[in-house]
Amino acid sequence: MALEVKGLTAGYGPVTVLHGVDFSASPGRITCLMGRNGVGKSTFLKCLMGLIPVSAGAITLDGTALQSLPAHEVPRHGLAYVPQGRRLFGPLTVAENLAVGGLVRGNDRATLNHVLTLFPRLRERLAQTAQTLSGGEQQMLAIARALCLQPKVLLLDEPTEGLQPSMITLIQEAILSLKGQGVAVVLVEQRVDAVLKLADRVAFMVAGRVEETREIKGMAADDLAFRTYVGV
Amino acid sequence: MTGGGVKPWALHLALIAVLLTAQFWLSPYHATNLARIMVLAVFAMGYNLAFGYTGLLSLGHALLLAAGMYAAGLPAQLWGWGAGPAFIAGVAGGGLMAAALGLLALRTAGVSFMIVTLMFAQAGYLTLLYFAPVTGGDDGFAVAAASRRLLGFDLSTDTPRFLAALLIFAAGLLISLALIRSPFGRTMVAMRENEERSRMLGYNPFTVKLAALTISGLYSGAAGAAYALLFGYVGASFATIQYSILPMLYVLLGGAGTTLGPFLGALVMFTLIEVATGLTSAYLFFVGAALVALVLFAPKGILGTIRERWVRWLP
Repeated sequence: MALEVKGLTAGYGPVTVLHGVDFSASPGRITCLMGRNGVGKSTFLKCLMGLIPVSAGAITLDGTALQSLPAHEVPRHGLAYVPQGRRLFGPLTVAENLAVGGLVRGNDRATLNHVLTLFPRLRERLAQTAQTLSGGEQQMLAIARALCLQPKVLLLDEPTEGLQPSMITLIQEAILSLKGQGVAVVLVEQRVDAVLKLADRVAFMVAGRVEETREIKGMAADDLAFRTYVGV
Repeated sequence: MTGGGVKPWALHLALIAVLLTAQFWLSPYHATNLARIMVLAVFAMGYNLAFGYTGLLSLGHALLLAAGMYAAGLPAQLWGWGAGPAFIAGVAGGGLMAAALGLLALRTAGVSFMIVTLMFAQAGYLTLLYFAPVTGGDDGFAVAAASRRLLGFDLSTDTPRFLAALLIFAAGLLISLALIRSPFGRTMVAMRENEERSRMLGYNPFTVKLAALTISGLYSGAAGAAYALLFGYVGASFATIQYSILPMLYVLLGGAGTTLGPFLGALVMFTLIEVATGLTSAYLFFVGAALVALVLFAPKGILGTIRERWVRWLP
């Protein structure tokens, strides 16, 4: 098991958002996190990255405890995060964004080549500033930049939100390719068709807890779990 | 930022070459003013590294300028140090003061950082006044002629002074260009754009900002030391808030986050003040009008606007 979370409790100041979350993610598998708006999915990912302080519980990655590390130490242990809204460094070029992403890992050429093979479109845009890319290209760059950290676990928060279908397909193919390379992917996703296409497992969150975890095998779009926890 | 291939280097070297020839076609008065502008531009380059590239809006850079000025001027005055060692002491003084300031002030951010840096600069100014028997207080002191000699050249005369100012300016400019095109330079920009994003990529914002502020302090110290040694005067007036605001104005006018912006801003602002003071005692009116025009027509500064609209590779 790459990532193990036990009884994670956290929130913003006096407001507790996560109430004892139990969760796990394994190498070479895609675990989707689903739930209605406001149940704490994004908060959970931020908490894993150390961006929100943990008040109780444990986060371990291959046996290393992460919950008390400062946020800037977490990526060095193999956790990478692509937040909602992409959050690139707009004035920097594609090449510079990738270089900033890989600097703490020494920016080795093999990783950069691997990332550009996964997203060939970025190779054509290396000298272009990030703010001038299309939405889909920006999302590719956000994922590519995270991959420069050579993560064991990749956290993706709604990576295909607001993108055109052709871009969604490209990004989904890249995610499946990462799975094939042994990366543990944690994917926050609201669309059932995407979950059925990508996921190996799905964890349903309700009010700051993981209420139920299911293997995707045997599930269909009209499964009761989707209707109950996501409202579709 | 790293675009343009060799063009940015060629542009910077061309500017240095043009400045080198300026001493031959400018009058001695204007050449001395240009030397002053180059020294002030070094100060503004340091401010630009902190503010323009790293996003640290400081109102305490007068403290760093004064630290360099006194760290060079006092040993020259008290112990008769030569220009070389005094200049090195000045650069180190600015860097050490910036590191000390950063260790305390970088625990805050945004407006709080601005206020804390202003507070420390004011404390520095008052300290210089308090120790007036040593520092000369508001009156300051003149640096002895013997300490203004370097390798046999008298830095108080026109040509050596101009060339020394140009040498410091050229070194500052080329180092700043190399720095912002380096991995650390990109990290500084990443920090300016968003600290949280940078943290997610494994950077410690405090360390990066402290390093950037210290480098900025080295530049400010170099400018302070150069001013003391080239123009022969050290005084507490350089620690007043005016000298914290001036580099900000230079950078905003020339273009924050552009390597040539600080020089252009210093050149335009210095010339504007020079012309305006010849017309009226209310010269600040012209400075204000220039800033209003800047906000209206070129909010990213002169070179920031040129880069955005026409010359994308401008660093």
